[in-house]
Amino acid sequence: MSTPSQPRPSDVPRVDSAQIGPDEVPPAEGQKRAISHASANSTSGVDQPTNGNGGSVATASRATVSGANRIGLLRDFYKGSPTTLCAGCGHNAITNHIVKAFYEYGVNPYYLAKMSGIGCSSKAPDYFVSRSHGFNSVHGRMPSVATGAKLANRKLVLVGISGDGDTASIGLGQYCHMIRRNLDMVYICEDNGVYGLTKGQFSATADLGSIQKGGKPNEYETIDICGLAIELGASFVARSFSGDGKQVVPLIQAALAHRGAAVLDIISPCVTFNDHEGSTKSYAYVKEHDIEIQDLDFIPYYENIQADYAEGETADVKLHDGSHVRLRKLAREEHDATSRISAMRVIHEARQKGELLTGLLYVNPKMKDLCELENLPEKPLKDFTEAELRPSRHEFDALMAEFAN
Amino acid sequence: MLATEELRATRQRPPVVNDLTFMAATINGSGSQSSNLVITRALFMMGIPVAPKNVFPSNIEGLPTWYYIRVSPQAYQARTDDVHVLVGLNPTTWQRDVQAVNPGGAIIHEATYPVVGNTKRDDCVYYPVPFHKMGRDNIENADLRKYLTNMIYVGAVAWLLDIPMEVIEESLAHQFRRKPKAVPLNMKSIQMGYDYCVANHTKQDPFKVARMQGKIEGKMLIEGNQAVALGALMGGCTVAAWYPITPSSSVCENLEAYANRFRKDPETGQRNIAIIQAEDELAAVGMVIGAGWAGARAMTSTSGPGISLMGEFTGLGYFAEIPAVIVDIQRMGPSTGLPTRTNQGDISFVHGLSHGDTRHPMLLPGTVEEAYEFTQTAFDLAERLQTPIFVMSDLDLGMNLWMADPFQYPERPFDRGKVLTAEELERLNGDWGRYRDADGDGIPWRTTPGTEHPAAAYFTRGSGHDDNARYSELPEVWAHMMDRLKKKYLSAKSFVPKPIVESAGSRIGILAYGTTHHAVVEAREQMNARGLKTDYMRIRATPFTDDVVDFITSHDRVYVIEQNRDGQMYDLLRLEMEAHQDKLKSVRHYDGTPIPAAVVVGAVLVAEGKGSKSEFERPTGAAHALAVEGSNS
Repeated sequence: MSTPSQPRPSDVPRVDSAQIGPDEVPPAEGQKRAISHASANSTSGVDQPTNGNGGSVATASRATVSGANRIGLLRDFYKGSPTTLCAGCGHNAITNHIVKAFYEYGVNPYYLAKMSGIGCSSKAPDYFVSRSHGFNSVHGRMPSVATGAKLANRKLVLVGISGDGDTASIGLGQYCHMIRRNLDMVYICEDNGVYGLTKGQFSATADLGSIQKGGKPNEYETIDICGLAIELGASFVARSFSGDGKQVVPLIQAALAHRGAAVLDIISPCVTFNDHEGSTKSYAYVKEHDIEIQDLDFIPYYENIQADYAEGETADVKLHDGSHVRLRKLAREEHDATSRISAMRVIHEARQKGELLTGLLYVNPKMKDLCELENLPEKPLKDFTEAELRPSRHEFDALMAEFAN
Repeated sequence: MLATEELRATRQRPPVVNDLTFMAATINGSGSQSSNLVITRALFMMGIPVAPKNVFPSNIEGLPTWYYIRVSPQAYQARTDDVHVLVGLNPTTWQRDVQAVNPGGAIIHEATYPVVGNTKRDDCVYYPVPFHKMGRDNIENADLRKYLTNMIYVGAVAWLLDIPMEVIEESLAHQFRRKPKAVPLNMKSIQMGYDYCVANHTKQDPFKVARMQGKIEGKMLIEGNQAVALGALMGGCTVAAWYPITPSSSVCENLEAYANRFRKDPETGQRNIAIIQAEDELAAVGMVIGAGWAGARAMTSTSGPGISLMGEFTGLGYFAEIPAVIVDIQRMGPSTGLPTRTNQGDISFVHGLSHGDTRHPMLLPGTVEEAYEFTQTAFDLAERLQTPIFVMSDLDLGMNLWMADPFQYPERPFDRGKVLTAEELERLNGDWGRYRDADGDGIPWRTTPGTEHPAAAYFTRGSGHDDNARYSELPEVWAHMMDRLKKKYLSAKSFVPKPIVESAGSRIGILAYGTTHHAVVEAREQMNARGLKTDYMRIRATPFTDDVVDFITSHDRVYVIEQNRDGQMYDLLRLEMEAHQDKLKSVRHYDGTPIPAAVVVGAVLVAEGKGSKSEFERPTGAAHALAVEGSNS
């Protein structure tokens, strides 16, 4: 197993059930009501008056709690406020996949930072893991906020939720530079090709010729944010479909295990403004044209599972935290997900054929991330004290003397 | 001929010692900056107070540039319109430069420049030197010829002003302390200029310098941007994000140098600071907001155009209550404006930067000492008040050398503000609200991500939220939030640096801020000599403390002196002091040069009926400076 120089998403201090308090301690089977109650009523996680005095609560061994994950939390703990998005919105499905992926992986909520910009997608961080800090920042500029947060505390596990307008139009510059800096973040673009909150204008990921709800065709070439990411030197690029949990969940987990910017472009139909005939981002169209390039298995570093392994048919990529992603070829095309050139080729070929190619398009687990490139210490920068940050009096006086004669 | 008589009179004048302004008119990118710095430091090494001002173009190479060194026994730091000694080495500005010289002045110039018509001044002394020919004939290294030719004038100036050559050599060694091999080569050029003047010229003007004592002992020369960078270093900055822009780039470049020296673990090479050159100012301030939110002391530095871009994030920082330090090295706007000229033109914009109701505390350093101190203070205030804090420097302060006492080693610990730890949350039984006014000062408590407590997390957003950080569009919730934010802004009064008042028992007040201070210091002496005593308040921050109100109410008239067209601070004061606004008068200077004392003296004396406008006309015809605006005037 590798020895990562920075913690895995789950590698931070374990959640102590003694701290979680009476309502949040993973209960025995059949007693999930309490946690559901806590989550459902909490939008910010701060308005619960009953959190304290956890020490008096019996702390059952986590391993014995049915349904608890490896850090002792039930799946419900990863839920958030009720969604305010439209019924049937692809984004809600993605939220559920995130909850499942985080729960299964055992993401530590105290160190999770949920980042977003502005738009329907950017509301989503409120809908999962209420016990984590979230930041709904400004339109298209979430990557810079996330960059600052990571620099301040490299122990944070960042998940950024963006949309196609937020990523490919107003935020295109920041998206590019986040990739260029290889910011260690799971970056999910919930991609529906339209602006929902402002009622249905095309975004820059709308396909050429796709028809707007009012009948107007899109005359402009699409921006393929996966192709762009690979061109920019991204270390992890995947595309998927909100309706395909079997693919989305392991991709999110692989993205968590990856260190660096992990881009997931998840096509997520907008039921209200872009689900009609003629749209290339409708449920019907996406289901019809979705070509899965691989069958994906995520094998976390903490599970030692030996799976059947047919030589030539399956590729195994060891990710930064020691987890593996196992890719079994499904599509007609040959694709080596560790080859940038192969990734560019399959993206272009799929576009030519009008197919939606989904799966792990590219991964390079060896690239340095921003914190390594900046040579930051293990200790979060936010925790340094006066004594550590100020030069000594002697050094300072010597410096002053250099400015004098 | 009268002019000749004047000249003869000049020649017979007693020497003028250590009281003159030197101006080098050269071509940008020709290495003249090194020559000017050698002269500056040589004078400084002689114990003579210097006030250098670099008036440079927005250009890499080829456009005109001027460098002023004012020396005065009083150690005045302001620019003046005077030029007593000109080094003319730019043919394109030659005519204008000659016209700028005071009657009786000395002109060292390239010998091939014409001295006819309006470049022929009967009231000045000319010292032609064949700089180009000497360079061509004597400097073999073609790559360095341009730079070494400019060094020749250092020798000519040393001869003219009587600067000992050993001091020049010492200053040269300081200038090239990282390239000691360059010293002899440059010294050779300097000697050449000196020798030429000895052999070919007789000194006929009165201007000279002499070693002096008692004014600058123990002082150093430092640029404001270096001082800001030192403030960031000592103030505990751990994240700096910036985008290159004149005149602020050297803030983070200096910080980078200090970080490599003082923040790097010699064994691991790890630095306990991240300095990121962002893709633009939007990203730079975004990183600062993100880092501040996550608990780091974070800053950016920029100038006007960058400030414009930072508006949206600044509003988020204000409304979501996130610490951030934003250093604005003001330059002349609007638009691209004059990127290399100074101004105090961002005051009203920054005051309320962002859409909607916003108010930002501003710190207004007037000296390099304050640039250092206030940058540290800004980090404390940002975390104490949980809001963006602006440090409003300017190009004059930031990019010129200033004399200063060595900076004080900070005695105070950081003020990290109201941050709840897991233990404190436990003690509170988790009962807290991110935006609750728990202490009655409008300043709420916060947590940072990574706090190991189930009640720690909250959702940060720029949209409407209640005391517990929950989304809300309710009218009463919104109004309540805006009222508390205003209360918090007013609470800032008790934390920001107080104004400095100098009282002479007058009914007439002068009010200024930032670098305008240096013109006011000198102007008050001059006005005093003409029988007008004035009191003086230098504002060092917004929000205005009660002292500001007291000062204005206790004077009959208060002249607000500033370096912008619209009287921006005057406007803010008038809004706040509605009942007393008739007392406020506005004096403005806005041609891109640092304000000289003459502007203040002229405007105030004329307005007070103690002088006539014609008496104070400035040579560049900057008549605006004499206008005083204000109610009833």
